[in-house]
Amino acid sequence: MSKQAEKMKNGPLQGLRITEFTSAWAGPYATCLLGFLGAEVIKVESKKRIDHSRFIAFTTGKSFSTPDESSVFNNLNLNKQSVTLNLTKPKAVEIAKRLATVSDIVVENMRPGVVPRLGLGYEVLKEIKPDLIYLSSSACGQTGPWREYVGYAPTFAAMAGLPFITGYDDWPPSNFMGSIDLRSATTAAFAILTALLYRQKTGEGQYIDLSSQESIAVLTGEVFLDYVMNNKVRTRQGNRHEFMAPHNCYKCKGENNWISIAVATDQEWQALTQVMEKPELVEDARFSDGQNRWNNQDELDSIINEWTEKHDYYEIMEKLQKVGVAAGPSLSGEGLFKDKHLKQREVFMTVDHPVIGKDWIITPPWKLSATPASIPRHAPILGEHNETIFKGLLGMSQEEINQLSEEEVIF
Amino acid sequence: MTERALAGIKVLEFGNLVSAPYCAKLIADLGAEVIKIEEPGHGDDARRRGPFPANEPHQEKSGLFLYLNTNKFGITLDPFSPEGKIIFEKLVKDADVLIEDRSPGEMEKMGLGYDDLKKLNPGLIMASITPFGQTGAYRNYKAYQLNIAHLSGQGYLLPIPTFDLDRPPVKAGCHSSDYDPGLVSVVAIMAALYWKGASGQGQFIDLSKQEALISMQRIESVTYANSGESMTRQGPQHSRMPGGIMPCKNGHVVVVTPEEHQWQALMTLIGNPKWSQGDMCKDQQARSENADELTELIIEWMIDHTKEEIFEKGQALSCPIAPVNSAEDIVNSKQMEARNFFVEMEHSEAGRIKKFPASPYRFSKTPWRLDRPAPLLGEHNKDIYCGRLGYTEDDLTRLEQDGAI
Repeated sequence: MSKQAEKMKNGPLQGLRITEFTSAWAGPYATCLLGFLGAEVIKVESKKRIDHSRFIAFTTGKSFSTPDESSVFNNLNLNKQSVTLNLTKPKAVEIAKRLATVSDIVVENMRPGVVPRLGLGYEVLKEIKPDLIYLSSSACGQTGPWREYVGYAPTFAAMAGLPFITGYDDWPPSNFMGSIDLRSATTAAFAILTALLYRQKTGEGQYIDLSSQESIAVLTGEVFLDYVMNNKVRTRQGNRHEFMAPHNCYKCKGENNWISIAVATDQEWQALTQVMEKPELVEDARFSDGQNRWNNQDELDSIINEWTEKHDYYEIMEKLQKVGVAAGPSLSGEGLFKDKHLKQREVFMTVDHPVIGKDWIITPPWKLSATPASIPRHAPILGEHNETIFKGLLGMSQEEINQLSEEEVIF
Repeated sequence: MTERALAGIKVLEFGNLVSAPYCAKLIADLGAEVIKIEEPGHGDDARRRGPFPANEPHQEKSGLFLYLNTNKFGITLDPFSPEGKIIFEKLVKDADVLIEDRSPGEMEKMGLGYDDLKKLNPGLIMASITPFGQTGAYRNYKAYQLNIAHLSGQGYLLPIPTFDLDRPPVKAGCHSSDYDPGLVSVVAIMAALYWKGASGQGQFIDLSKQEALISMQRIESVTYANSGESMTRQGPQHSRMPGGIMPCKNGHVVVVTPEEHQWQALMTLIGNPKWSQGDMCKDQQARSENADELTELIIEWMIDHTKEEIFEKGQALSCPIAPVNSAEDIVNSKQMEARNFFVEMEHSEAGRIKKFPASPYRFSKTPWRLDRPAPLLGEHNKDIYCGRLGYTEDDLTRLEQDGAI
């Protein structure tokens, strides 16, 4: 066993196996998270129905002509194994069922209704594997009038209400991209782990219907309650806060550089004016207490901007943090990559990918002391593990594999 | 009564505002016993955040607090007072998980760090949720939700698209950037619980809110590292697609058409105008090059139609199109109604709330359930201190006077 594989054996989910029939972002990243934690993940794909994130990503605008050169796909499918099964063929469905039988968890994110039609629905699989945990992820859930509606991150974010409250009131609502899928995926990982804990205690599996739309809606619970309690429809507030001021991003030296500053107390306000070398502001009636600062925040913002424009954002951050004022830059991709704290925390790492070469990815977002999460390997090449899985796990002979490949079952 | 997925799991929450309480709520809602510790006399700061019924602040009526603390038991305790510390330690001895969000070093300083607590309870899982994590240059820096949203790169890319780069980038709406770290954290806690079930072993989990938000943007965050190009809030500059967020008769809609048949469905929806047969639309490449102009042409049709009509007709054609919903649209939506996304909640102070948001998952055996509303401040002091830890009512009075509870 390689050193990397040895390390992965130490994850908290070691010994668990997942078979997934997923594509795009929301499904694949759910199992990717569980893979970081040590679960073995088998991704079922097919040349007939390739996960389109191997080719395009509308979040970044990048597209590729072959299935194994996308950094986006790599970052969302780390640690996994890939087998190719053409599920339009009955023989392939039978093999997929055998994979489910030797798995603890099955995850799919096809349009509701498709997987049962293929013969791989929960009702079928639980007959052959009664303690199976099976999660279906979809745009709006498996039930209700919108169940078959098609969606991507921007559409189900919009349906969930987040764009309506993000951005500026005099601009259109903000669009949201792939990060929305990853919220749905993280929610799915939590739901699966809940079912696993229940199974650990009772031996029983179950089915989970996850709605991506709802997984975003629950992140703004109080917004619905404001409407339910007060008939108030919340709208876009930029960076503004319900009572803190200043509470905004301010322009700094350089191109498109910004620093966020948030002040909650009089003490923080006084410290800010000291650093700005404008102690007279403390005496200014317009800003004499929290309420006045909030009422006059437009003027306050211009005064702060005049100061920040002349300085580097890290310089301001350090000076303000030293006196207990919450401040930090609005970091770009470059800013994140070069930030010293994120370097110390090892947030970025590279994996060696056979086609891409050295690819930068983001490490798992948790530091577990006894059973650390890890990324021992790159995302799989399409069909890379056909032999390992079909021979090693399902006991097929090379002859059988060749035959099935010829019939475009393993394909 | 249906089964509770996490019945028997005992969690102690020493958290404030959004991230740690949301993390503990997710577990409480699925059946774990969560005891929330609040500052005596003051309580969680979320109690002082809106919305309030009729906009009248009241510590038992905050919509934010009521939402983030369902299904929990609530006690008041100051673990940093001498007697309070002893009580805290007794509670920790009996817990599977401690979720806390104090600044790095604060718990250690009071003798309540992981190394101290694991001596009392070797199987303890302790999860510490802080702005920047327990290590690194910024570990002691102060950051509110606004700062974390921007320091994670999330703000830099909002709003999309931006019409004027001289206008500041923004955070995501309301408290969502503070919910996210709670959601990311709960995954690690659940995995650690699974490991504890398998091995008996507990552990410490260091959780950084900044890293939680970066994890939600793992793709956007590495574009510079891999290509030398930072993304901007003007949206992707290559392979652009016509569409996105567009105005319509009564609000906005959003459409994405990465696949050819989806673009065709969009054209069918708007009646196959002449220009859709022309060179500007002949393939994805041409549409990308003419994205702005095509979007304007699509808007000409949208502006005469309502978002509901566009949504239903577009989806009937399998076009990935959706309305940009407000809270009102969602509370009244037939999809949410059909899925029982909103449930009724009865609270002794806030009264009856007819539509209270529930959960995004439907478990076939162990469904989400509202067993009890968020606790009143100190509501379960007697149950926990007398019923569970064996203090007398006289002790309670004395502890209250000492400020321990």
